Amino acid sequence: MNVRVKFRKYGNLKYIGHLDVMRYFQKAMRRAEIPVCYSEGFSPHMIMSFASPLGVGLTSNGEYMDVRVEESPSSAEAVSRLNAVMVEGIEVLSWRALPDKAGNAMASVAAADYDVRFREGYAPEDGWQERFRIFMGRPSVTVIKEGKKGSRELDIRPLIYDWNICGDVIFLQVSAGSASNLKPELLMKAFSESEGMELSPFSLMIHRRELYADQGTEEKRRLIPLEMLGEEIGRA
Amino acid sequence: MRNLALSDEILLTVDKPARYIGGEVNAVMKDPKTVDVRFAMCFPDVYEIGMSHLGIQILYDMFNRRDDIWCERVYSPWVDLDKIMRERKIPLFALESQDPVKDFDFLGITIQYEMCYTNILQILDLAQIPLMASERTREHPFVIGGGPCTYNPEPLADFFDLFYIGEGETHYFELMDLYKRWKASGAPREDFLKMAASVPGIYVPSLYTVSYHEDGTVEAMMPVCPEAPAKVQKQVVTDVTNTYYPEKPVISFIKATQDRVVLEIQRGCIRGCRFCQAGMVYRPTRERDLDMLKKSAYAMLKNTGHEEISLSSLSSSDYSRLGELVNFLIDEFGSKGINISLPSLRIDAFSLDVMSKVQDVRKSSLTFAPEAGTQRLRDVINKGLTEEMILTGAGQAFEGGWNRVKLYFMLGLPTETEEDMKGIAHLAEKIAERYYEIPKDQRNGKCQIVVSTSFFVPKPFTPFQWAQMCTKEEFLHRAYVVNHEIKDQLNRKSIKYNWHEADVTVLEGILARGDRKVASVILRAYEKGCLFDSWSEYFHNDLWLQAFEECGVDMDFYTVRPRAMEEVFPWDFIDIGVSRRFLEREWKRAQKGTVTENCRQSCSGCGAAVYGGGVCFER
Repeated sequence: MNVRVKFRKYGNLKYIGHLDVMRYFQKAMRRAEIPVCYSEGFSPHMIMSFASPLGVGLTSNGEYMDVRVEESPSSAEAVSRLNAVMVEGIEVLSWRALPDKAGNAMASVAAADYDVRFREGYAPEDGWQERFRIFMGRPSVTVIKEGKKGSRELDIRPLIYDWNICGDVIFLQVSAGSASNLKPELLMKAFSESEGMELSPFSLMIHRRELYADQGTEEKRRLIPLEMLGEEIGRA
Repeated sequence: MRNLALSDEILLTVDKPARYIGGEVNAVMKDPKTVDVRFAMCFPDVYEIGMSHLGIQILYDMFNRRDDIWCERVYSPWVDLDKIMRERKIPLFALESQDPVKDFDFLGITIQYEMCYTNILQILDLAQIPLMASERTREHPFVIGGGPCTYNPEPLADFFDLFYIGEGETHYFELMDLYKRWKASGAPREDFLKMAASVPGIYVPSLYTVSYHEDGTVEAMMPVCPEAPAKVQKQVVTDVTNTYYPEKPVISFIKATQDRVVLEIQRGCIRGCRFCQAGMVYRPTRERDLDMLKKSAYAMLKNTGHEEISLSSLSSSDYSRLGELVNFLIDEFGSKGINISLPSLRIDAFSLDVMSKVQDVRKSSLTFAPEAGTQRLRDVINKGLTEEMILTGAGQAFEGGWNRVKLYFMLGLPTETEEDMKGIAHLAEKIAERYYEIPKDQRNGKCQIVVSTSFFVPKPFTPFQWAQMCTKEEFLHRAYVVNHEIKDQLNRKSIKYNWHEADVTVLEGILARGDRKVASVILRAYEKGCLFDSWSEYFHNDLWLQAFEECGVDMDFYTVRPRAMEEVFPWDFIDIGVSRRFLEREWKRAQKGTVTENCRQSCSGCGAAVYGGGVCFER
């Protein structure tokens, strides 16, 4: 059975990179005595895959991984068993069975929600919120994207599905996943340049709120949180 | 949320910030207001190395069982953070509380290898604790050293308030209780040091004076007060079964060098190789009970979630119930995706059978440590491994599908001749020949034999403590002889040869058998920027040479000088149980090439029986 696990990464765990979070969960599964399936061979590894790696320095309320288990306790029990062996900084939020035909988390990701704010002392001059609104009103935002085959120009405006500003917090809903992934930094870099300043690597504090799959058509998106593709497991 | 000592900006600038944040699974948190003693336990190397050390995990667990003590961990900040901490004067902090180490009651430093000595000064310096013990006041922590290098603590004597000679499980609580009494009394710092000196195994360097002969050798070492014993007795745990062993070791977020459960099956070694310090100072050999190990393995795997368990000891094949233990581990955990790792096994039919069950034969290699190239020299060093045993073991392994062999040797051993050096090449050649005896259609391609030589460093409390060390040039010459001989042989394409660096070996030799005069050189080298000397990319031999020059300390005095049988050594004030008489006898037998039987074959009367336990009382 494949299970989708949603978790939150907060506080000091933002300094732990993606690969280490993976190792962390492999050990946590064993501590919680969850019977995860292993691959064959002399060095078997857990069958486990993550939706979308979160960079070092970011926090998130919407991280996902899929695991294959031999059998599953109820969702409530799995969540409580896992949380009993977590450290401060990671909390398991949900544990849901995936239907057989469901794609894996990584392939399903289509969009992500982010909260972006400027770190104290790094914000542009006063009134930047209004200027950000004007900036977002542009029909296109062209950036230079560094890729494996050299750099190329890219219009990122169509990759932003929704946005707003509330106080000092910029909310962004952007395209994510293997097809076209927009990192919020790229947009903020373009905005900073329009402000005539260079974005220093520490200016932003970024928090991921949710990851979505797209169940709509080519014409119309229908974004639903990745966890909604799975179903709660009741008590046997 | 725990507050961190370093800002977000610093943590996002440095490599692997997880080294500095604490908060790992099984890390112990306490309320500082409820404890009487704050103990910072330090491994003076980078986090991933330090976190792999079993001894600290044992003591961390032991201390934290007491409600009135909070033991936390400290490791060397890597060079990137080191620079930032100096520039911004950020005091070194402990991982759990993130509080400055200078506010602790104790700073315990485990001293595992000589090349970490400058890192010890870095720890003190970054912690803002005076480097010289004599300059510390009541406001500073007591700095206490432990671990294998304390069997000659003299080069570090100026920097430490105390040393703990022996195994920490025995008298640490007694020391802590004395400390609490001293702290409550408001008495001067010196008073605690005197009280501590009466605890078995505790050495307080400031309570001794050393006098020297005109030739620079030690004349005598005398206590300056009645509390300090003339001889400091090494302390050992007699019953290694009913003692402290962690059930919940701390698990790092980033991959530690030992990212696995470590099960220490025994302490000490029955073999008595004459170059080996561990083989002497950890006597007598003591085995843990099989049931305790089974329970321990189960609990540690459950509490860590590690995917691998490794046995730890100096010579696992000598553990009397190894077969039962290994079969238990395979039966119990093998099917649950747990890897079983068995280092330090002698290669024979039993170990090959076991290894073929727990690892992929084609991907793994076999390790032999003949240490010397000829039987004559192996007899000199008392390494009871014969050419026949090696060729038989290798032959069985090749028939079983292995085709990779690693061979470890030392160059520069006492009495070594050119014949012995060439013998290394010849032994590798014979192993290759043995492989190619297997019909072509039955073997697995070419064989790969990797020969590695380290350079011999005489260590205190070994029969070779009197030995002259080679010069750097001589070491390199010997490596050249081996290399040349290998390249002249028929199977040279199947044999790869690596040798160790000679500069660092010479330095290790000086620090290993150094006296109090070497302290000034360590300090000078540190001031010149030496740090992480055990990392070859950060080792600056030129700075060390300058430091010796500037301090007027003669390197050759500690390395190539012949030592008379009756010479008083800087470490002679320590009593390890094994007597000087025994070491002298072994040194003489070595020169005659006479083998001494291991502890199970017959007792050689080394003296370790005074501890009243272990292999000495097996029958």
